[in-house]
Amino acid sequence: MNLLDPQGPVAVANSTILVDSVFIMLAIVVPTIVAILAFAFWFRASNSKARFQPGFVYSGRVEMVVWAIPALTVILLGGVAWIGSHQLDPAAPVPGTGSPVRIQAVSLDWKWLFIYPDQRIATVNALTVPAGAELNFQLTSSSVMNTFFIPQLGSMIYTMNGMVTKLNLRADNEGKLQGLSAHFSGDGFPDMMFDVNVISPLAFPDWVTETAKSGAVLNEDSYRKLMQQGVEKGRPAWRLEDPRLFDLIATQHIPPGPGPELLSDAGRPHSGAHDAR
Amino acid sequence: MPAVRTVEPMMLGKLDWSAIPFDQPIPLIAGAVVLVGILGVLAWVVLRGHLPYLWDEWITSVDHKRIGVMYILLASVMLLRGGSDAIMMRIQQAVAYQSQGYLPPEHYNQIFSAHGTIMIFFVAMPFVIGLMNLVVPLQLGVRDVAFPTLNSVGFWLTATGALLVNISLVVGEFARTGWLAFPPLSELSYSPGVGVDYYAWSLQISGVGTLVAGINLVTTVLKLRTRGMNYLRMPMFCWTTLASNLLIVAAFPILTATLAMLLLDRYLGFHFFTNEAGGNVMMFMNLIWAWGHPEVYILVLPAFGIFSEVVSTFSGKALFGYRSMVLATMAICIISFMVWLHHFFTMGAGPDVNAIFGIASMIIAVPTGVKIYNWLFTMYGGRIRFATPMLWAVGFMVTFIIGGLTGVLVAVPPADFMLHNSMFLVAHFHNVIIGGVLFGAFAGFEYWFPKAFGFRLDERWGKMAFWFTFLGFYVTFLPLYVAGMLGMTRRLQHYDVAAWRPWMLVAAVGMAVLTIGVICQITQLVVSIRNREALRDRTGDPWDGRSLEWATSSPPPVFNFAFSPDVRGEDAYWDMKALARKQSLEHEGPEYHDIEMPRNSPTGFVCAFFASIMGFALIWHIWWMVILGGIGAFATFVVFAWRDHDEYVIPAAEVARIDGINLEERRSLVSMAGGV
Repeated sequence: MNLLDPQGPVAVANSTILVDSVFIMLAIVVPTIVAILAFAFWFRASNSKARFQPGFVYSGRVEMVVWAIPALTVILLGGVAWIGSHQLDPAAPVPGTGSPVRIQAVSLDWKWLFIYPDQRIATVNALTVPAGAELNFQLTSSSVMNTFFIPQLGSMIYTMNGMVTKLNLRADNEGKLQGLSAHFSGDGFPDMMFDVNVISPLAFPDWVTETAKSGAVLNEDSYRKLMQQGVEKGRPAWRLEDPRLFDLIATQHIPPGPGPELLSDAGRPHSGAHDAR
Repeated sequence: MPAVRTVEPMMLGKLDWSAIPFDQPIPLIAGAVVLVGILGVLAWVVLRGHLPYLWDEWITSVDHKRIGVMYILLASVMLLRGGSDAIMMRIQQAVAYQSQGYLPPEHYNQIFSAHGTIMIFFVAMPFVIGLMNLVVPLQLGVRDVAFPTLNSVGFWLTATGALLVNISLVVGEFARTGWLAFPPLSELSYSPGVGVDYYAWSLQISGVGTLVAGINLVTTVLKLRTRGMNYLRMPMFCWTTLASNLLIVAAFPILTATLAMLLLDRYLGFHFFTNEAGGNVMMFMNLIWAWGHPEVYILVLPAFGIFSEVVSTFSGKALFGYRSMVLATMAICIISFMVWLHHFFTMGAGPDVNAIFGIASMIIAVPTGVKIYNWLFTMYGGRIRFATPMLWAVGFMVTFIIGGLTGVLVAVPPADFMLHNSMFLVAHFHNVIIGGVLFGAFAGFEYWFPKAFGFRLDERWGKMAFWFTFLGFYVTFLPLYVAGMLGMTRRLQHYDVAAWRPWMLVAAVGMAVLTIGVICQITQLVVSIRNREALRDRTGDPWDGRSLEWATSSPPPVFNFAFSPDVRGEDAYWDMKALARKQSLEHEGPEYHDIEMPRNSPTGFVCAFFASIMGFALIWHIWWMVILGGIGAFATFVVFAWRDHDEYVIPAAEVARIDGINLEERRSLVSMAGGV
């Protein structure tokens, strides 16, 4: 999950900006740190060779330089930020080979549901995508906020109930990556890691066909069961009954996830919950 | 089961025996230890007959110096609590690789939420407010703050907040939502327990305390300066105090309103931030950070002020580019209100918005950079004495630059798209808060301790504390930068990624080094108290200081100055000293006058007592107790408002006696210095 080992164009651009910005800043940060240590050492009270200049408390020239150095750096970096924000806007297209794959991601308590509306399949905690194709993500949440993030593919984005965020990515190399939620969402949060299987574009239709053979069907009923709080260790897959399921979730036709089952146990976390309100 | 637990629902609201974690040894033992400690101290105080002293001299005191000391004491105690949380988190992440570690999620999540809440609201805030309270009136050459009793109320309400947070350790639970309690997770449907209520009510009550402290200090700086102390002669610390407290006055009402809306959601079924019925979580994000970002500068600006004082004093020079520093301070004050969105670039606001806020955030680096360079040039041509405060200052400059670098980095939206909420971010804000605020607080503590108590702190232990803390900081947080670059996000109770593990282990080692630093700090205090006679500061000016606080005795008399000092330039005391050296202070015995000082008042303490009851009752829905606490607090205020006598007179003879002692010491200092 190394950010400096990007596997797609978005991550390449992100990490390039990251590294370049660090070097731009190091160019003034390193000399400044050296100067601090050097001045502190040379002007130590015990150094009789250092000239004591108690009157050196203002210099227009020095002031101009010390305002100018950080200002120039910020102008340079501000340019990087402006251009970068526009080019790497999460919603900006990321052209790829072949036809784009639409994926609708829903963060549940505490797992990721990936719906492929065009392929009429859905998976949990495992995202399978073809290498080289543009991936159009639409994202929402069944309950609380989460952040969808595949470190080696770049740009993360929030998921929020009743709202849809957009993110476009591309994975260039076949292989196995990992994704996670980057916004704390409750007790099962650490188990929201998911697999990202980048497979060859030729193998992708086969994978779709294979998955569609699944006996399990994802519809409103099975979705309501899925959105109960809990972690998912397996990698279940479904045939998608209604390709509009995501819209039903995002528009709250299916109400938000229920949260903890009250009085599920006598443990402390739920104490007093029974007569809330 | 529900039937059993709803016995007497009217009397104690939601509170029953299930609130006590009998099944969880860690909080229970921790709570028991704290309780035994508190009871022990109380018993000692009562049995040794210290209670009247404590009541008269401290609890009811409206003396800004006493209140400042109590703020710092509160911060130090809470630092130990927040530090224990940090140790537990570092150990958990060190062991919870492919396992659950030793802390279950519902406990771990409380710990990181409590750690953040405590460190910001009950360590950093009271520490800097305490130092400002202690020092600013002295630096301004005045006898007290603008509203002495309000000052006491502010402190005790802050203490109430801290008390409630600590009660949550054993009675019920604390929030499991992170230190900013983002909805909808913090809404009733996803956090039905009392944790978020503990969080919100403690911050509401202590927030009122902080707001009145802010109003008080702004008024003090604006209205109560001594003769000749015009704005551009104020010490830098007064300027940063002004900027910081202006931010408090502007920002804390936002926090109060935001939490009030969350509480309305939770208590009365409103829908400000719920998923349903038009609630909007993005509104909470915006509001909380509209307070939260200025908050960062509320904390760090006073630290900048402290470093300005320390660097200038120990370099034996006036602050370089004073006016430039004032400009930089006020620029930070204003710009810091215009950057809050950089806390959620990843919400999908769009490129223009992200870029504008990103650039605005970077612009803050300009005045901050200017400050660093001006400290640098203050050292240039100086004669630097490396006493402990100066070590903290140099350590700060180096560390803070690195934190600034990573800060500007996450202000670049495309970089933030990969680093947001990661361990990299965790490392960044610890880098600026530890390296900036905490180092500043420690520098101020070492620097002004002799002023507050009349004896210096042991230098050897102080330097050891610095080196262990300094190294411990790097060993703890550099690995977190690396973990963030490896994609690790924050707040993970356990993880399965092998690459993260070694860095978590190193960070745990760093935490151990940091702990040694804290132990050294405590040892320093103990050793210094024992050797206080040898460390006594008789002149009131142990560091060869440059501002007015050093012109009076250590500790200062209750009235601070027998005569209001007359200021004729920057570095007021330095000029006075230079003048005095010439005239050798040998003018005739001055004519003393009676001094009126504000009377002690239990208002703050009693008010906070009732506020504690009310807060606890609100958390547990014990409505009769809420009304009781509310009436009590209001009655206290009414009694205070109708008071007849609010001042007492210190007769001129007494002033002369106290001042005479100090003058004698000072004359000997001046003649000695003159002789050299």
